[in-house]
Amino acid sequence: TCEYNYVLSCISCEPRVLSLQNILSLILFLLPASALTTGIYMIFSTKPEMATQEVQPNETLTNLKAESDTLKTKLEDERAKLHDVELHQVAEKVDGLGQFIMKTRRTLKGHGNKVLCMDWCKDKRRIVSSSQDGKVIVWDAFTTNKEHAVTMPCTWVMACAYAPSGCAVACGGLDNKCSVYPLSLDKNENLAAKKKSVAMHTNYLSACSFTNSDMQILTSSGDGTCALWDVESGQLLQSFHGHAADVLCLDLAPSETGNTFVSGGCDKKANVWDMRSGQCIQSFETHESDINSVRYYPSGDAFASGSDDATCRLYDLRADREVAIYSKESIIFGASSVDFSLSGRLLFGGYNDYTINVWDVLKGTRVSILFGHENRVSTLRLSPDGTAFCSGSWDHTLRIWA
Amino acid sequence: MDFNKQRQARNNKIHSENSRLHSTLRMWYRGGGEASGDEIYTGYNMTTHQKGALQCRSAYRLTANMTIRTLRDYGQHYRPRMACLKNVEVFVVEMQDPKSGVKGADQKLNVTIIPHVINGQDILAWIVTKMKVTTEEAQAFGTMLVAYGYIYPLQNHRKLVLVPDSTLYRFQTPYFWPVQKWPAEDIDYAIYLARRNIRKKGMLEPYEQQHYDNLHKWMNPKWDFIVMQATEQYKANKERKKPDRVVLDCQERAYWIVHRPPRRTHSAMDYGLDRLIDPNAEEVLTFDVVRRTNIFLTQALMRSAVKSSVSLTAFVKFVTTHHNHDPFLTTPVPSNPWITDSDEFWQLNSRSVDIPTKLSVERWVLSFWELISDPRGRVDFKLFLKKEHSAENMAFYEAAEEMRWGAASAIPEKSQFIFNTFLKPGAPRWINIDGRTMGLTVKGLVVPHRYVLDAAQTHIFLLMKKDTFYRYLKSPVHKDMQKRALVPAPHVFTDAQLEANVRNRNPGISPILQWQQEEEEKAAAAVAARPIDVKAMVATNKLDRK
Repeated sequence: TCEYNYVLSCISCEPRVLSLQNILSLILFLLPASALTTGIYMIFSTKPEMATQEVQPNETLTNLKAESDTLKTKLEDERAKLHDVELHQVAEKVDGLGQFIMKTRRTLKGHGNKVLCMDWCKDKRRIVSSSQDGKVIVWDAFTTNKEHAVTMPCTWVMACAYAPSGCAVACGGLDNKCSVYPLSLDKNENLAAKKKSVAMHTNYLSACSFTNSDMQILTSSGDGTCALWDVESGQLLQSFHGHAADVLCLDLAPSETGNTFVSGGCDKKANVWDMRSGQCIQSFETHESDINSVRYYPSGDAFASGSDDATCRLYDLRADREVAIYSKESIIFGASSVDFSLSGRLLFGGYNDYTINVWDVLKGTRVSILFGHENRVSTLRLSPDGTAFCSGSWDHTLRIWA
Repeated sequence: MDFNKQRQARNNKIHSENSRLHSTLRMWYRGGGEASGDEIYTGYNMTTHQKGALQCRSAYRLTANMTIRTLRDYGQHYRPRMACLKNVEVFVVEMQDPKSGVKGADQKLNVTIIPHVINGQDILAWIVTKMKVTTEEAQAFGTMLVAYGYIYPLQNHRKLVLVPDSTLYRFQTPYFWPVQKWPAEDIDYAIYLARRNIRKKGMLEPYEQQHYDNLHKWMNPKWDFIVMQATEQYKANKERKKPDRVVLDCQERAYWIVHRPPRRTHSAMDYGLDRLIDPNAEEVLTFDVVRRTNIFLTQALMRSAVKSSVSLTAFVKFVTTHHNHDPFLTTPVPSNPWITDSDEFWQLNSRSVDIPTKLSVERWVLSFWELISDPRGRVDFKLFLKKEHSAENMAFYEAAEEMRWGAASAIPEKSQFIFNTFLKPGAPRWINIDGRTMGLTVKGLVVPHRYVLDAAQTHIFLLMKKDTFYRYLKSPVHKDMQKRALVPAPHVFTDAQLEANVRNRNPGISPILQWQQEEEEKAAAAVAARPIDVKAMVATNKLDRK
């Protein structure tokens, strides 16, 4: 339809010189869509207005695009030279996994609407969860007691995070802001009174995370940017531009240098950013649809992503390539959330068909499938010591699996 | 006549959009080949009246979009891509194949006979054989088919799940399939509710009534048009035969339950928020974007990558070394707190425990980072450093971390403190770094920023990692700890004990209290680490010169 509209506009606009590009595009329209390679498509997608501009910038743009193509092929060649073995080949020496018995150990009921996001506290038992109706609840998941509850002034609280100290929670959503609520020991205190507005985006907040302390927050937003904020002053420390569409998820690197994070967006790209300089260091574009969730491998040298194209993929940061695709013909619905087990051997994926699939990261096979939720699984996180993982779903409940 | 002319003018104006809409409609009218009995209810029997109404409605919808704020408009406009729909449609089409698909039968409902009804068991069996999956997976997939509206239940029409018994379902007509580019508009819903209102003479269901009132409020200016459309459709409907009418009514009702689900219905078309940026639009490659891509690519080419064999072997190594520490792969000792409801596992691995578990100690050996990530390990390491008289390294590292991740307002005072304590020539806890790094750091501290200590911090970290860590592993402190480390016996609980555990779950300490305790400890340690001021001690008569 894009081509159709373009051709129509080519024909239907009046004082236009049918430049070579336009004629070419008309001819190309007759070819089946599958014959269009990216190279041709580049020429194809230049706007008709270009024909009326001066020749100089138009030529430079085509030169740049040609240069871009050569660089891309050169990079691919370089990376292909280093690609000497596949993950499942290396994993042949590793023992297979036995049968797993994973059951729901706790069901946390209390949200009145879809649970959108959750995060664990560093004490390994408390969690914070947020839902569509604006409620953010802090639970002690071990005893299933609710400890604190905050009502946000907006609906669709899509991001929530627990501070590393355990003394505050951050949440945000349709209000385009990320607010930090310090928690108190007094049960009757109104937490909304001490709320601190930290991040300000121009569109909805899709994910937020504290860095190594309570004093900094990393956020990603529907406006296509990520940003690093200072909590105390609300100052923007660094912003990260590069996604062409909504950014849906982010994760901080666990490694000792701790300077990078990865973000995934609706433009099918997963970008690795340097927090200090704001530059995009690496970019991976192999998914076929929106990337809903990214998570670092425990060693920090790789990350996994879950996407609407029903696959989860593992990307190696040192070799700069995708190394595994976790998919099955019977899995058709998108993965909304992924997380690794502590050793990195298992990858848990929450899917939109109400199930959780457990993958063997090294061998690429599915180990187990867990049923229990009655609506799509929206969020999934492993506890800090790896003893259990929690899944939140649109059926208003959270489940702890172990 | 005037009305027709207006309609024509509108159509001409939005020609391309409309033609696309019509081409898709035409495609559905033709039904795409593998037809169920439902095809006749869509294209062929539609009167010209109705077709005209549709045309008018579609033309109207486009102008309506430009002026009316839909109820779910948050400034986003684009539906998320639903890549799964194409794949699901392949299956649904196969399911309806008269030879190899699911077998349907006629069902008698009061006096009318509803054709081509299938039951849950048959659907499940077909999915199991076709997709080669287990029954539970097939059930999940079947439920998704119902939740997306490809199959609708006849009896309990509000519960969108596949029940694997003799519950009756029917295939939804392709006209009502969820399609990527034609969302269910509020104006269509308003027309449907208005028509239903007319038919039921004002007795709508409560959730429908609520929607109706809302739409009435939002679409008040267009309400006349809506009521006119509804009455036209109502009259056209009356001219149909009774079985056709019943089936069409069921189909439409199912469609709207999926797209406007009542409160306790889980519908898969309830997809959440729209996207801000159109995910179906191709990225516009402007000059700036391409230039930035080129810079990125040149930088990527300059960066060296590692061979696959090297990095993949590293993953395998990581997995193998951490195998025993992963609670999902090796049962934790004494027991997994979530399974047995006893939190002894957490107590034994806590920060302030005297003797750590053997598993923790083994984990510290794996790498320096594991050692200092575990709070108990860090305590042990600091003890060793104190014995070696190089505690200032760890203190500097922690102070630099605090500055890097701390509040922006605290940077000047922190940098001053660090300079005075660690970097100044003659400082009480002077760290030993090479001259060049020292020079750079001191110069940077003139105008301190968050990352000014990065070089020095990296140097100290690498020193600890490559030198001190190995000496720690060989030290008597560590070896002693390894000997003394606990190996807790695995719990064996009887059923009665497990039930007792459930009742007596330990509430634990609030993390806020724990944090306060840690801060107090840190402050006490900082005081203790301060250098002894001899003059002050003399002044307070602590040192007796006699």
